[in-house]
Amino acid sequence: MLSTFFMKEFLQQPWPWYVAGGFIGLIVPILLVLGNKHFGISANLRHACAACFPGKISFFQYNWKKESWNLFFAGGILIGAAIAAFGIPDPNPVIVHPELVTELKAYGITDYSSMVPKELVSWSSLFSVRGMIMMIGGGFLVGFGSRYAGGCTSGHAIMGLANLQWPSLIATCCFMAGGFLMANLILPFIMKL
Amino acid sequence: MNKVQPEIITDFEVRSLDTMCVNESEQQHPWWYNFKYLAVGILFGIVFVKAEIISWFRMQEMFRFQRFHMYGVIGTAVVVAAISILLIKKYKVKTIHGEEIHFTPKKFNRGQIIGGLIFGLGWALTGACPGPIFAQIGMGITVMVVVLLSAIAGTWVYGYFREKLPH
Repeated sequence: MLSTFFMKEFLQQPWPWYVAGGFIGLIVPILLVLGNKHFGISANLRHACAACFPGKISFFQYNWKKESWNLFFAGGILIGAAIAAFGIPDPNPVIVHPELVTELKAYGITDYSSMVPKELVSWSSLFSVRGMIMMIGGGFLVGFGSRYAGGCTSGHAIMGLANLQWPSLIATCCFMAGGFLMANLILPFIMKL
Repeated sequence: MNKVQPEIITDFEVRSLDTMCVNESEQQHPWWYNFKYLAVGILFGIVFVKAEIISWFRMQEMFRFQRFHMYGVIGTAVVVAAISILLIKKYKVKTIHGEEIHFTPKKFNRGQIIGGLIFGLGWALTGACPGPIFAQIGMGITVMVVVLLSAIAGTWVYGYFREKLPH
């Protein structure tokens, strides 16, 4: 009984970075050994285009069914997240750096009950100017940029760097540069809209 | 055999266009073999949620140098993956189906700079890269479906203008 209690307590708390990083790092060799699959997620967006509306665009003319393992992988992420969120939920609010709390408070963001700020990421804010920019605009940039760069955080920053590919290092640095720019210089303006 | 030929060509095309995130296996398996990747995905999804990698707040902290967490996660993942790849190459580890494991070198093009910057802007804005979008939908943040559809639209627009964009 006592061990189950401690196990549950351990699982409920946010996992430390080295545990999470270790698990994610191991996904790379697991996928390779299971069937020569290279860790990556953003290609799913391309498969979705190829499957649903390829048009006459050569970039989407390929046998997406052969890449369907990637869609199963993404489906697994969705199921796994549901298991974690509903099966071993962490009842505590997200702990956020005090400086960020002060900054967000100025934009009217005070709800820390979810992994995302409910004032920004919700159906009700979708039709506000800042919500639309963040969700529709942000999503568009993620999809456009990741394909333009040839991969996302998983394909470049983890798989590419681990395989010592210098183009992936360049891509990763640009991901971070874009992120710094947005978070520190552009986001404050969007938040005030 | 005539039917097989075009498939090989299109497949090569996919691989040459972006070497990451593609099916490297030459073997053909029944579709339900894909359930093993579903299982790996489930593990990934649990880690995503439990380590708060899918939190918008964690991303904002990362881009403001306020918390080490995300750097630790990505850094550890890269080190563990790099050691694994090194061992796979050194001992010529094969897949469970006895196939040799391939690695495709990534070619540099300007897309990695321009596209990388664009992706970074979107990453900080939504607080989610493609993987966490799926995870957030799974944990019940249903509005992320809109973000996913928008990301698919972004990919489509890239495909449409691909020939005209600098690479």
